[in-house]
Amino acid sequence: MTATATIHQSEQCLLRPGNTNCGGCGMSVGLTMLGRALAEAGDTCTLVIPACCGIVTAGAFPTTSYGVPTIATTFASSPAVASGVETIRNLNDEPGHVICWAGDGGTYDIGLATLSAAAERNENIIYICYDNEIYGNTGGQRSSATPAGARTSTTPQGKAENKKDIMSIMAAHRIPYAATLSIAHPDDFAHKISTALSIEGMRFLLLHSPCPTGWKSEPEDSVKLVRLAVSSGLFPLYEVYDGVTYRVNVEPDGTDPAEYFLRQRRFDDEEIDLNATRRDCSDRTQRLQALATQYPPD
Amino acid sequence: MPVEVITGNHAAGYALSVAGEANRTARGVACGIYPITPQTEIVEYVARFPFSKGRVVPVESEHSAMAVSMGASMSGARAFTASSANGLAYMAENIMVTGYYRLPIVMVAVNRTLGPPWNIWADQGDTLMLRDFAWLQFYCENNQEVLDTTLLAFRLAEDRRVLLPVLTCMDAFIVSHTQTETALPEQDKVDRFLPDLDLPHRMHYDEARTLGGLAWPHEELSMRLEIDEAMKRVPDVYQECRKSFTEIFGRDPGDLIQTFATDDAELVLVTSGTMATTAREVVRQRRAAGEKIGLVKLKMYRPFPEAVLRDACQSATRVAVLDRNYAAGSGGIFWQDTRAAFQGHRDDVLIQNYLTGLCGGDVTPAVIDDILADLTSRSEAGNPVWMGIETGEKTRQ
Repeated sequence: MTATATIHQSEQCLLRPGNTNCGGCGMSVGLTMLGRALAEAGDTCTLVIPACCGIVTAGAFPTTSYGVPTIATTFASSPAVASGVETIRNLNDEPGHVICWAGDGGTYDIGLATLSAAAERNENIIYICYDNEIYGNTGGQRSSATPAGARTSTTPQGKAENKKDIMSIMAAHRIPYAATLSIAHPDDFAHKISTALSIEGMRFLLLHSPCPTGWKSEPEDSVKLVRLAVSSGLFPLYEVYDGVTYRVNVEPDGTDPAEYFLRQRRFDDEEIDLNATRRDCSDRTQRLQALATQYPPD
Repeated sequence: MPVEVITGNHAAGYALSVAGEANRTARGVACGIYPITPQTEIVEYVARFPFSKGRVVPVESEHSAMAVSMGASMSGARAFTASSANGLAYMAENIMVTGYYRLPIVMVAVNRTLGPPWNIWADQGDTLMLRDFAWLQFYCENNQEVLDTTLLAFRLAEDRRVLLPVLTCMDAFIVSHTQTETALPEQDKVDRFLPDLDLPHRMHYDEARTLGGLAWPHEELSMRLEIDEAMKRVPDVYQECRKSFTEIFGRDPGDLIQTFATDDAELVLVTSGTMATTAREVVRQRRAAGEKIGLVKLKMYRPFPEAVLRDACQSATRVAVLDRNYAAGSGGIFWQDTRAAFQGHRDDVLIQNYLTGLCGGDVTPAVIDDILADLTSRSEAGNPVWMGIETGEKTRQ
């Protein structure tokens, strides 16, 4: 009735070799980095995963690519199921963390109410959104995380609307910890996982997750692309504590975002307003720096 | 055993709470809760209960209420929730998942009309919409039956031969908000009746098991077959649970179908819920007047008790199925199953459907009289008959 391979976590990595994920998949690298950070901390986890590439990653019954206990939930339900799992873990004094691993569709769109409620209750769970800015598992439809200008199968002319600022939404819940992650910055990634593991309550982590299939980019460019996103200020790396104090972890260095767009065929070079994008990057960087200066963590 | 004058909702809240408390010596209890009229008092009761090892999580929707209970159940805890009408419709996806995950969650549903238009009164269409989701379904007639059936539901759901969730249903307001004398079993007796839950496929924090990933058609097919086999074992397991319940609590929680004066009955009324109370009284009076008439109350709807229903109607030539529900484009849902149960076994029986009490209408003795008058005047069965239509004649073939 369920996959029943019983293997102790200490003997296994979180994402086992031999999974069938796409080359250049940011989520797969993120899972590996998460597994490494947990191992480093000598910690374990249960993964709670809604409908998304993350659960397809598990592979077909009776095998599984996950070296940790993993629960598949309905699309909108992962933070609520995780609340139940964590409740019983806590009542029985068991070790390990309950981690939701969800895509942007399950986070920004269909699961937002569930996530908001879990954050408002300050559930003791770690929620990681691997944001590939698209419904990847269904073949590339727009989500509210898709950036303006990106062509998807449901926005063939390019998306007209801006990407939703999920970090601000989560910070507004005054949760203990919210932070952004990039696979181009593994040390920062590991440090933030370790920080999240040391904090109680709701922790939200947003991973910029390249998807060559959806982004129409080359798999070998994945790390380069998300590095460009950090250095240009498109996807800044920062932390928010209690929704109040801010720390910028990697200062954008003024890199021009143009290359980020040119290397992805989801963007129409003719249509992208690079000057507006440059202004956005600079505004975002300044705003974050101002917050970090005015409201630094203790 | 203390007897108190309480509502059906209070009875349900009490049963869910003491059942949850009984698992304090195992992995505890947790549930998600969300209000909706007319079941709100159930979750309010649960929220007030001082669980020794448990947590009640007030969430933002019915969908998440079931999700929290699923997470708790997958972790091996006892779990339950309650809902009604549109709340059940909103929760539906996770109700289905609970069934296919084989999680022994118990839910109390107060049967309320699905809107629009807005209507808070009794109609079974909400829970019957969920009939194919691998849940057991029980329809209760009064407060005591709600309490007893809810307690029994945990024992039945958690039995390894079953491992399926159970829905206990009661009519809105007629049961949920009506106070009657109800015996409330003490915690120590409930502890004896409900052993510690040991869910065989629960998650363990140190086991790399993936619950609910991809399965190929032939794998999933055998899982569906396992559900079918479990469903077929339900009647026998129910009787074992019933016997144990009677021994511990000194009260019979009732059979899967409950008959009244059916032995030599030529006419049989097939009913459920509170309609059965009224219909039984009519049957009693008519029996006294010498009419060969009987009554079947279907307590269990899923799995559908085909064989016992046929047995109960052995002497019948005419059967009236009273449905407080309507499947658009077809007819009453109990009627569909009743016809299927008779087909190929008793094709000589005239089975006529009466849609009555829909959308909160009253099913009075006069309505039952009208139904019997129609049934006896027929030479053959026809389309479902709509009772209580005020603007014109009854629709009939």
